[in-house]
Amino acid sequence: MKGINLMLKKILRCFSVALFFLIATSLSANAEFKVGFVYVGPTGDHGWTYQHHEGRNAVEAAGMKTTFVESVPEGADSERVIRQLAQSGHNIIFTTSFGYMNPTNKVAKDFPNVKFEHATGYIREHSNVSTYSARFYEGRTLLGHIAGKMTKTNTIGYIASFPIPEVIRGINSMTLAAQKVNPNIKTKIVWVFTWYDPGKEAEAAQALIDQGADVIMQHTDSTAAVQVAEKAGVWSFGQASDMQKFAPKSVLTSIIDDWAPYYVERSKAAKDGTWKQQDTWHGLKEGMVAMGPYNPAMGSALVKEVEQLQKDLASGKVHSFTGPIYDQKGNLLVAEGKTADDGMLAGMKVYVKGVEGKIPE
Amino acid sequence: MGSLIKIEKRNDISNSILLFSPVLAIILTLLSGAIIFYFLGFQPLEALKIFFIIPIADLYGFSELLLKATPLCIIAIGLSFCFKTNNWNIGAEGQLIFGGIVSGGVALLFYNQEGFFILPIIILTGALGGAIFALIPAILKTYFNTNEILTSLMLVYVAKLLLDYLVVGPWTNPEGFNFPETRMFSDSARMPLLFEGLRIHAGIFIALMLVALSWFIFFKTFLGFQMKVSGLSLKTARYAGYKGKKTILLVFIISGACAGLAGVGEITGPIGQLYREISPEYGFTAIIVTFLGRLNPIGIIFASLIVALTYLGAESAQIFLQVPKSIGQIFQGLILFFLLASDFLLYFKVKFLITQKKNEY
Amino acid sequence: MNIDLNFIGIIIAAVMASSVPLILAATGELIVERSGVLNLGVEGMIIIGAISGFAFMMSTESIVIAIFGAMFAGIIISLIFGFLTQTLLTLHVPTGLALTIFGIGVSAMLGKNFVGLPGKEIPVFFENLDKITFIGPILFGHSIIFYFAFVFPFFVYYFLKKTKMGLIVRAVGDSHHVATDQGINVILVRYLCIMFGGAMSGLAGAYLSLVYTPQWIENMSSGRGWIALALVVFATWNPLKVLVGALLFGSISILQLHMQAAGVRIPVQFLSALPYLLTILVLVVISRDDRKIKLNTPNSLGKTFYKEN
Repeated sequence: MKGINLMLKKILRCFSVALFFLIATSLSANAEFKVGFVYVGPTGDHGWTYQHHEGRNAVEAAGMKTTFVESVPEGADSERVIRQLAQSGHNIIFTTSFGYMNPTNKVAKDFPNVKFEHATGYIREHSNVSTYSARFYEGRTLLGHIAGKMTKTNTIGYIASFPIPEVIRGINSMTLAAQKVNPNIKTKIVWVFTWYDPGKEAEAAQALIDQGADVIMQHTDSTAAVQVAEKAGVWSFGQASDMQKFAPKSVLTSIIDDWAPYYVERSKAAKDGTWKQQDTWHGLKEGMVAMGPYNPAMGSALVKEVEQLQKDLASGKVHSFTGPIYDQKGNLLVAEGKTADDGMLAGMKVYVKGVEGKIPE
Repeated sequence: MGSLIKIEKRNDISNSILLFSPVLAIILTLLSGAIIFYFLGFQPLEALKIFFIIPIADLYGFSELLLKATPLCIIAIGLSFCFKTNNWNIGAEGQLIFGGIVSGGVALLFYNQEGFFILPIIILTGALGGAIFALIPAILKTYFNTNEILTSLMLVYVAKLLLDYLVVGPWTNPEGFNFPETRMFSDSARMPLLFEGLRIHAGIFIALMLVALSWFIFFKTFLGFQMKVSGLSLKTARYAGYKGKKTILLVFIISGACAGLAGVGEITGPIGQLYREISPEYGFTAIIVTFLGRLNPIGIIFASLIVALTYLGAESAQIFLQVPKSIGQIFQGLILFFLLASDFLLYFKVKFLITQKKNEY
Repeated sequence: MNIDLNFIGIIIAAVMASSVPLILAATGELIVERSGVLNLGVEGMIIIGAISGFAFMMSTESIVIAIFGAMFAGIIISLIFGFLTQTLLTLHVPTGLALTIFGIGVSAMLGKNFVGLPGKEIPVFFENLDKITFIGPILFGHSIIFYFAFVFPFFVYYFLKKTKMGLIVRAVGDSHHVATDQGINVILVRYLCIMFGGAMSGLAGAYLSLVYTPQWIENMSSGRGWIALALVVFATWNPLKVLVGALLFGSISILQLHMQAAGVRIPVQFLSALPYLLTILVLVVISRDDRKIKLNTPNSLGKTFYKEN
């Protein structure tokens, strides 16, 4: 096979050279500045992709031409879509799912003049690739604080999607904050293995409520869980977007993914030629993580407390992961007075003490 | 209805009809596509060009078409064995994933090792993995009389969860910050690329070999004859020495092995590692391909190319026209409807030849 | 874990609620398959029902119009399948699969303006009585579709076993040639059955977008159509067993969530795989009687038929 491979390579070298020139000419012919987006879900998921799409709308509103491709599977297809966007004259391309990491870097190698922005990954093999993500766990700290204060049963129910560091970090951040205001807190978790399946999320929420949780939290996208909470008369929190209108009594606040400022800023930078490679992890401070309106049912004292905590988290006075932190088995993860560094946060894989259940380790 | 049935009155098979039927389908598809695009406010001819021609207009595009069609063709060839004998294996997706898991495990075992023997071992274990996974519904069907539609479908979900367990748990890349992915496979564990700069790999030879092999089995061997007869009438087949159970096991092994091979092609080809989504539901799409190809190896080649083109076309249409991806799905549906409907002419021809009385397919 | 009767009652109610769409779609498909037609487009018809029901509800605020609108939409899209398979004699399996793709595409297209809107309140019956221990949550406080789903399979059972129409449907499914010889209009019967299946799938979709999770999201049926199809086989084309199968699948799905929530120290992927593994196991156990299954299987299932002159 190797021999054939070599021979074919030689024969087709001229073809690839011709191809390259074709691409190069088509690129230079199309001079208009364009921004490309690759989404993992449909824009109608009302969650992860929906919020990225809102970010895209902001870029469009800022006067730049944009293109998006939705529902691009994370397997072999993504590389083709990214390459097509690069080939068709897009100057900066946002690839908005973890599974696009290697394809993004691969395409970036062949298009040194195009800027690439990959969400939630860590590989930046080429100088034209940046990565970005949001410190959603800071928002979870606020939810944990509220939940710890609001719960009567000392049980918080958590609907989780996939056991990846991003999700585990959120669970831990929330649990730690809740324990700080209420040492008896227990976190019950249900994994649904989907980012959005309203039926399954509703069932998970119901199961958690039936198991005694009176505060429901989710790391899935649909609004099904807050609707169940509303019906059952327990508290809940919105995810990705403001979900208050779906459950006005139940939703205490929402964590909102606000990609718009970042997308506009980076697109402008690419346009002006000031774009530089960077690894962005923005949180409450920069507004990439935003909070929805607080429910008056929390009482004005708690609202004030949370608003103060929000300020302190934003200013860096308070860190979501401040020691001492123990894992489920009681091993010390972060020593007293220390805070977890970004490396540890990025790869978080164990539950902290107080979380029930087991994840593969 | 009455006027349509008149078609049966023609007694000869003219080659013109054989050609006319697919041509009619293509014309109808283009026509309805033009109408849809017109109502969406696009220039119909331009839009059709973007959907059907632009994606494969250059060498890269054409190679991507082959890349996308390869797994569909491989799986469909395997499924044709099952469907010909009325074994409803609809779990090829699970067999693909399981084949990917087994062969991916082997690839990880040979991490950082070189050797010409590595890839053949991976390919064989992948086929073996798929075959073993397909044997579960086959054994349940033959020895426990359990319907294979349900078991093979349920096992898809099981395979997905197993893959999820492995990539977030024991097989996680140790240098990957606990992100849900394995290491990249070493070069010896990757399918050789056919041309530099393109993704099309040696997997296409596997597809072509399988096409030739299945054509030979179907039309030149006694086994093929037995399978054909058993699909039409079990009783007659028994006279011809057909052994039910053995055949069931055999066709499931064949189709499972094929699905496994498709999985190997994906993970050692364009992907190069294991992660949660290694297949954009190729196993399900291949069912359509199998039937569209009329269970015929040559037909399956064309069907896989056509179906692959609809995916590429939908991407292209979204990039250049910003039509929602859902239009792509509507379009895919229509193409399939028309292709199937135009078979009407062909279908009657074939039926007419075989028998006057029975008109069952 | 606090085991009391009320708790068990609540769990049973949750299981029942989750199985409603499966029962409806599976019962509809059962009639379709009994007439000898294999429509794999259930998923597509459910999702069309979901968006239509939601759209009608949002624009008319009438639950009656929403429900019938969803069923009507299901019928319309099922007629595409009917026309292709019955009149143009296309193969059932790929036509059904194409219908699913088509339905998902059309629903996403229609639903663009409905994403992110909260659904409207749906009337429930005897809401106040659901505080009664055990039977309260099971029997009371549910929507009309819920009650319909649990009564309906009995009607279908009766229809198939005891009525002349039911006999005709079965005859058509068992042998379209014999049925034709007896003067039955096979194509017409099948058209009607396909439309019926469309209506039921549409209703299942309406339940999802109006009652179970009142909102519209693309792909919100998330594979329930496939589970429903599998249940028909599981039930060996017996509507009462559809009920059992759907409840069984629902129970394992809900129970595994409870096991997770209770903190059982088993890898969560394994718990999540339980509904599928146990369903296979149960099927293996109940499938041992070969003859019984053969007796119920429609002989002409999935076979194309046309009437000769």
